[in-house]
Amino acid sequence: MNEELTKNAENRSSDEAMIEIIDMHKWFGDFHVLQGINLTVGKKERIVICGPSGSGKSTLIRCINRLEEHQRGRIVVDGIELTNNIKNIEKIRAEVGIVFQHFNLFPHLTIVENLTLGPIWVRKVPKAKAEEMAMYYLEKVHIAEQAKKYPGQLSGGQQQRVAIARSLCMNPKIMLFDEPTSALDPEMIKEVLDVMVELAQEGMTMIVISHEMGFAKSVAHKVLFMDFGQIVEGNTPEEFFENPQNERTKLFLSQVLH
Amino acid sequence: MQETAQATQIGDLKPPVTSVGVIGWAKNNLFNGWFNSILTIVTLFFLWKIVPPLLQWAFFNSVWHTTGKACRGIDGACWSIIYTNFRFIIFGFFPYEQQWRPLLAMFLLFGLLFYSRDRNHWKKPLGYAWIVGLFTMGLLMKGGLFGLTSVESTQWGGLPLTLLLSVFGLTAAYPLGVILALGRQSKMHGVKWLCVLYIELIRGVPLISLLFMSAIIFPLFLPEGITINKILRAQVAIILFTASYIAEVVRGGLQGMSRGQYEAAESMGLNYYQTMRLVILPQALKIVIPPTVSILISAFKDTSLVVIIALWDLMKTTQSVLSNPEWMGFSREAYLFIAILYFLGCFSMSNYSRKLEKELSTED
Repeated sequence: MNEELTKNAENRSSDEAMIEIIDMHKWFGDFHVLQGINLTVGKKERIVICGPSGSGKSTLIRCINRLEEHQRGRIVVDGIELTNNIKNIEKIRAEVGIVFQHFNLFPHLTIVENLTLGPIWVRKVPKAKAEEMAMYYLEKVHIAEQAKKYPGQLSGGQQQRVAIARSLCMNPKIMLFDEPTSALDPEMIKEVLDVMVELAQEGMTMIVISHEMGFAKSVAHKVLFMDFGQIVEGNTPEEFFENPQNERTKLFLSQVLH
Repeated sequence: MQETAQATQIGDLKPPVTSVGVIGWAKNNLFNGWFNSILTIVTLFFLWKIVPPLLQWAFFNSVWHTTGKACRGIDGACWSIIYTNFRFIIFGFFPYEQQWRPLLAMFLLFGLLFYSRDRNHWKKPLGYAWIVGLFTMGLLMKGGLFGLTSVESTQWGGLPLTLLLSVFGLTAAYPLGVILALGRQSKMHGVKWLCVLYIELIRGVPLISLLFMSAIIFPLFLPEGITINKILRAQVAIILFTASYIAEVVRGGLQGMSRGQYEAAESMGLNYYQTMRLVILPQALKIVIPPTVSILISAFKDTSLVVIIALWDLMKTTQSVLSNPEWMGFSREAYLFIAILYFLGCFSMSNYSRKLEKELSTED
């Protein structure tokens, strides 16, 4: 992974904000999961979030495409504020791709059908065009030969790459990754990370929840550490790993990095 | 090289004689262990006691083309009751000269059902074929157009009536049940509680009482001069009843779906109806094929309960033959005959559901 290549100057984030989160709170019942999140993600910016389980990282990115509803504060995605307005929610969801820990492919559809479902029904793309696009993205994640199979016939790593391609088919402006490699066998992690690095090189705006520190170092502009529903620390990968400021960050890093 | 040679040699070795062929099969399946050996012997004993006498009764000593009187003295089955009364059992009071019409309607129905078995045929033209087919069947039964004599629905009976109640009952109950199941899962409280109320009320009442209500109580509430066809009322009762059971089974399937499937569908911007139609229902309905078919099978058999509101379905026509003094006492033969007809219907349903399950499976 060539750092020079992936983080060259023209690929740097611009000032234009893609996502703006202002003093956002969320409760599950009485449990205060997110306690005042402030975060701005610029165009083409890539952010890696890490932190212990239960710290609210998944909830945070799930709020961005309204899989979870925030109760206080504001979230603005690409100029559209997330409210109860169902039209806005659907508009934002079509712009924001998400890749889940457990892939969540549709097991009753073939790989191609998984990929074309969104474009055909949401974007109203003609079927032939959608299939062409699907094949293009399947090539991109190096899995075109599996197009006619069903998800249950693929390995975990292959399924996750299909899931990434499925999100890409919607031409999203932002990609969210919710621990994309933590349900995978060790030998399959690399094939998925490679695809994500390629995506980063093309300048996709990405928020990635991951403990893959190598990945964070090579593609992230910023690494955030979350604990107890707050963003405790955020810095460039170099500073974050070499010179953590907060005690909790230090403790966490000492547990994760061996 | 030597390794491969050795491998082929070992591969060529035959398993021992005692584990293949008839002897091996019998040893593995019938006599493996003392308990299974005893079971096998006991079963064989009962088969020997039951099967030969049954064959004797049903075939060797039976009579087929006699009058009821001639049947009295004999030791075997009197299939004459079926032979002689066949057309009444099958068609009831449908005018004798016109009975080719329900026969043709049934053939049309069977043809359409048979053609619909293949999932590759599930396209728009098939839908049109069904619409045209159903219209033609209705025309054949009812008449009154194109020179066909009009036959009142009070004269419909026998197998066509049973099929009418079943086919319409099942095909209407299924989508209604799915809608109720979705309603029960709805986030809108009004819709949800209406569905719960409906399901629990209808499920908490026996079908017989629903049929009575439709036959006796319901007409009392209609304004004077308006009557609704009795068959239609029974049909509605059967549909409402079956739908509530299907709703609960489908709910089970919906609850079996993981949240991830909903989230994946929603996160790509599909709306509620698209999510349900394209992602959730195809999977949920597939999971519940076996229990759904159980319900459809029992609903098919339950149509025979319309006997109690004096509709002349297959069961009732058979019973009335048995109340004829000439044929009194031959209920074994008569009921065996309609049991076979019902069995054919049920067995083909369950057979088809297994075929469908296999086709829809996407696992390797």
